Amino acid sequence: MAKNLAQLKIGESAVIDSFTDKRMALKLLEMGCTPGEVVKLDHIAPMGDPIAIRVAGYLLSLRKAEASTVLVSLLAANI
Amino acid sequence: MEANQSIISFSEKTSLKVALVGNPNSGKSTLFNALTGLHQKTGNFPGVTVDKKSGYLKLTPSLTAEFIDLPGTYSLYPKSLDERVAFDALCNPENEDYPDVTIIVADASNLKRNLFLVSQIIDLKMPVILALNMMDLVEKEGDVIDIIRLSEKLGVKVVGVSARSKEGLKALKQALLEPIPVPQYDFIDVKKLASEVIDKITEVVNLKSDFEAFQMISNFSQIHFSNKNSDKKDKIAAILNAKPIDCEKLQSQEAVDRYRTINRIVEECITHQSAIKTESFTHKLDSILTHRVWGYVIFLTVLFFIFQSIFFLASFPMEWIETSFVVVADYAAKMLPQGELTNLFINGILAGLSGIVVFVPQIVLLFTFIAILEDTGYMARVSFIMDKLMRKFGLNGRSVIPLMSGVACAIPAIMSTRTISSWKERMITIMVTPLMSCSARLPVYTLLISLIVPQTTGFFNYQGLILMSLYLIGFIAAMAAAFTMKWILKSKEKSYFIMELPVYRTPQWKTVGLVIFDKVKLFLLDAGKIILAISVILWFLSSHAPDNRLVTIDKKYESPEMVLKYSPQEREVISASEKLEASYAGILGKAIEPAIAPLGFDWKIGIALVTSFAAREVFVGTMATIYSVGNTDNSQTIRSKMKEEINPKTGLPQFTVAVGFSLMIFYAFAMQCMSTLAVVYRETKSRKWPAIQFVFMTALAYFSSLIVYHLLK
Repeated sequence: MAKNLAQLKIGESAVIDSFTDKRMALKLLEMGCTPGEVVKLDHIAPMGDPIAIRVAGYLLSLRKAEASTVLVSLLAANI
Repeated sequence: MEANQSIISFSEKTSLKVALVGNPNSGKSTLFNALTGLHQKTGNFPGVTVDKKSGYLKLTPSLTAEFIDLPGTYSLYPKSLDERVAFDALCNPENEDYPDVTIIVADASNLKRNLFLVSQIIDLKMPVILALNMMDLVEKEGDVIDIIRLSEKLGVKVVGVSARSKEGLKALKQALLEPIPVPQYDFIDVKKLASEVIDKITEVVNLKSDFEAFQMISNFSQIHFSNKNSDKKDKIAAILNAKPIDCEKLQSQEAVDRYRTINRIVEECITHQSAIKTESFTHKLDSILTHRVWGYVIFLTVLFFIFQSIFFLASFPMEWIETSFVVVADYAAKMLPQGELTNLFINGILAGLSGIVVFVPQIVLLFTFIAILEDTGYMARVSFIMDKLMRKFGLNGRSVIPLMSGVACAIPAIMSTRTISSWKERMITIMVTPLMSCSARLPVYTLLISLIVPQTTGFFNYQGLILMSLYLIGFIAAMAAAFTMKWILKSKEKSYFIMELPVYRTPQWKTVGLVIFDKVKLFLLDAGKIILAISVILWFLSSHAPDNRLVTIDKKYESPEMVLKYSPQEREVISASEKLEASYAGILGKAIEPAIAPLGFDWKIGIALVTSFAAREVFVGTMATIYSVGNTDNSQTIRSKMKEEINPKTGLPQFTVAVGFSLMIFYAFAMQCMSTLAVVYRETKSRKWPAIQFVFMTALAYFSSLIVYHLLK
């Protein structure tokens, strides 16, 4: 099921498919968010933004606007 | 033999330049501190306003290594200022910091992402040592890293270290003494990404690696070329113009390729033995610390504790410092011959020094807390829970601590904005922090409130309410100013919040200590110079007058008739008041009277405004001198003197409610603190920002006071 990263719920895991913003993609790629990588939503900040995801073995925080440029597929285990 | 050429040995040299580079949170600074201890100095990277830390270590009796702590970076793409500094130092052989050897510090417990930067530096084909830091954490998590295999795969020397417990430092130092291999093969084949253009560039420019050519293509506009190399620049520009390239796509492809290789290497070199423990501890703690109720409750408690400490704990050492300076001044006054030089020493230099040193306790306390919060990883969570709110005002989650510390003192607060990585958000934070009511405004507020607001008893104490409102007004003004600047300030740099939330760790006292030492040194040496200079100028202005007028006043009070009329003490007090009026400061106060009259201020307040520039609380002392109150500790007397003051034009009391409020609003908004301006100059490394700050705050104060005065009159 195709979604963007900002739409995940806490505890959900997904696989990164592609990016919609080229510049943002670059920043995220160097942080280890490469296509095919599994990410898991760990925390959402109290006001709903930013979010914290587990990727490449560490915890990464990013704003929702940034996360919405990442297209992901939910892992079957979550559906 | 080719193999020999690729190994570099430094055993013959007497000095060695070593660059330390690595991801933020990789423990690079801890390693730097562990290697160099107190043998550090802070300078500037050439041409930019980024602090450069370098330190020294004697490797052998004849070989000294200079370590340069390059700014933390996730990649070699020169996007931000910090990254450009690291990029230029590693890629530009003409750069004065171009290293003989580069030590890449990587967090072994987060190997995958850390290897990205490592792989880029490997492709620059320069002698590197990989320091695999936090090996203790890896062990604790139950993982095993095959260092020998990793070293083979990467083609570089790898040393496992734990900078916090100082394990592996000896091996790292030893590695610097041994011959260091230069990476032989490409980590990824960048040439296949843009072979034609890379070939053309390597034809015209002499480069060590294809990756360097690749960087020239993808980051051309960011690369610094010296005048000597301007022809090179033109040649490359011509090649790039001939065949336009999608740089972003190129770099994305590079990143994907790198991670593909990294994933393979990591899989081969790491064995996971058990479930991850530290992470789940961090996860549990995060569930509380970023909780929508507990997160804020805990943060507010932490803030409250910090604020109280700066406010109250610091007051004791501050009092000792002031008392000791008074003792020294008294002693000097007794021992030294009377005269101009003694006067300059006691009232100019000693008073100035006292005004500098007195801030040290607050700086020490604030940075103790900040260093602990930063070192444990909690600061990143504060940004996380505050970011959305602060962003609305053009600020950043990290602006919270400086803003709140500003309630105690703007000086350490502004020094703590370093952690804000976005230039624009940091500038806005620096600009608005002095609007928060600092502790120096408190004595001014207290005096004026007691003057114009009647003391009431019961639950609603008007005096307390007014005081609280003043703090609130300061906060609102800061947020409003931030909101305005958000639209005015232009920045090419996009604000990101893509950052790591590091694993929670216990703070390291050595790191905390070095941060404090560094900040205090910075303040005393850099800002201190400016503060001392202005103190001396202010001293001159308030103790000198044209045409020997002061001597005339002295003579007047020495006359027999005055001696009969007043006691020696009374004479001293009255003549001091008259001298201040006659002094340059007095002349200045009178000169600005027409400008400040619309605010309801007379020349006496004008003098206080001039002298308050040394520090706001000087207002009280100046008022005491002007109104000839001998004992400045006795605010009761100042108050009654000020109450009795009659406005010569109206015949009514000078300090009406309108004047009182107008004056309080002026003190709430005006930039009357040279120390803050000196620190802003130090932090922004530009005269422009303190100047803008001075003008905008003074204008805000002037017009707000004008409105308040005319509304209440």
